[in-house]
Amino acid sequence: MPRRWRLTPGRFPPYPARMSEVPEAIRQMAEHMAATVPQAASLGFRLVSVDVARGSIEVPWREDLVGDPDTQVIAGGVVTSLLDHTCGLAMSAAAGTQPFSTATLDLRIDYMRPAAPRTGVIAEAHCYKLTRTIGFVRAEAWDVDRTDLVATAQAAFVLNRPRT
Amino acid sequence: MSLAAAELETFLQRVPYVRFLGMRAELAGEEMTAILPFSKHLVGNTFLPALHGGVIGAFLEMTALAQLSVAQPSPRVHKTIDITIEYLRPGRALTSYARADLRKVGRRIANVHVEAWQDDRSQPFAALRGHFLLSGDN
Repeated sequence: MPRRWRLTPGRFPPYPARMSEVPEAIRQMAEHMAATVPQAASLGFRLVSVDVARGSIEVPWREDLVGDPDTQVIAGGVVTSLLDHTCGLAMSAAAGTQPFSTATLDLRIDYMRPAAPRTGVIAEAHCYKLTRTIGFVRAEAWDVDRTDLVATAQAAFVLNRPRT
Repeated sequence: MSLAAAELETFLQRVPYVRFLGMRAELAGEEMTAILPFSKHLVGNTFLPALHGGVIGAFLEMTALAQLSVAQPSPRVHKTIDITIEYLRPGRALTSYARADLRKVGRRIANVHVEAWQDDRSQPFAALRGHFLLSGDN
């Protein structure tokens, strides 16, 4: 049975003072997220990197994730899921060592171009502002070249803290 | 089978990701209802449990594309330009339904609104607004 991820609560905000320890705690949380979220596991999400308020996840190309059989390009829905999940990761990475759960309020995605045929997609998200209750996140997705984007996203999340 | 039903069936069968989601659709005249039965691999929050936000977005997006495939048949898949997804309440471990409203279908671009609900149509759990680039016959 999955266990709720929980670390020592600290002051909030700002981030905990011992910054050097934060990435390790966040990394643990991110790996836990990747392993226990069924949707992430079934799409084959792989954690690329995680840092304070930032996260990056990759989804390798797979035949059953194709959206356009003529071109063999990965489905827009997979990119939607990837961006949502990566935004959630950045949001968690920004909240640091607080126990909490998040819910997506809204998610806006712009699709600049289709991904290359038979190619996976990488997303990177940054939670650039976190208040007591809301996180604002931007994300980008690309396939081969970081400067030639497939999609961008802008999202707002609610942060639910346990009642004390 | 009507022409519209055939177009829809073609769309649903052709797109591998639709099968991955386990999504189906029913037609009444030109009006389509998309159906997403609950499945464990769609879960994003195991504690509630609740559908993954990305799954909800993808379901709404595929509903818009499926409705467009009925209204604007094309040998090629229409392309998403942008979408905004609003999450109103958690998607619970139940069957989800969605209907698309084609607000405007121009020569090249369509504006579509989609609403999804579970046991109560008057209590939608998510909505989508989006623009889609229509693929021509060529």
